[in-house]
Amino acid sequence: MSEIIFLAIIGLAISLCLLRMLKGPTAPDRAVAVDTIATITTALLVLLAFIFERYVYLDVALVYAVLTFIGSVAIARFLEKGI
Amino acid sequence: MLVLGIIITTIGTTFLFLGSLGLLRLPDVYNRLQAGTKCTTLGAFLTIIGVGIMQPDWLPKTLVIALFILTTNPISNHALGRASRKSGVSLCDKSVVDKANEFEGYKEKE
Repeated sequence: MSEIIFLAIIGLAISLCLLRMLKGPTAPDRAVAVDTIATITTALLVLLAFIFERYVYLDVALVYAVLTFIGSVAIARFLEKGI
Repeated sequence: MLVLGIIITTIGTTFLFLGSLGLLRLPDVYNRLQAGTKCTTLGAFLTIIGVGIMQPDWLPKTLVIALFILTTNPISNHALGRASRKSGVSLCDKSVVDKANEFEGYKEKE
């Protein structure tokens, strides 16, 4: 029962971030929204590992966290001084 | 143990929701970074630790993921804020002071 509530709250949070990503007036707004979605998705992956009772999904969450960190730093560098 | 984990995970998901609400409502890139960094870092940390408490065999790996997020999320958001200031995004109208204008490389572009 509580898992459904967690998933509903996280889905609502991700949809609010998506709204900001579609609306955002400047490019850094959209980058911030994407970075926030990535962090929320890491928490969602750990939660899904608990719901499906699979230990392997934690590895997916760890690799996802590493890759989104590198992606955010790359986007920031691109916004700052181009490629 | 299960009840404690459920309570901690509920607090964490609530913080995630509040962070994204602030991301939608606040007026400025820099204000949005506040909501998107602090609330989301604490929310993800509490959610992942709560899962580790609910399933005690998984506690070491969830601790590793939570510490990684706690370290890297402020770094990437700091880089995004610096990049948006350097690329000339202006502050909102209600801002009182902007000390970054005095430094080289941070001047506002027209």
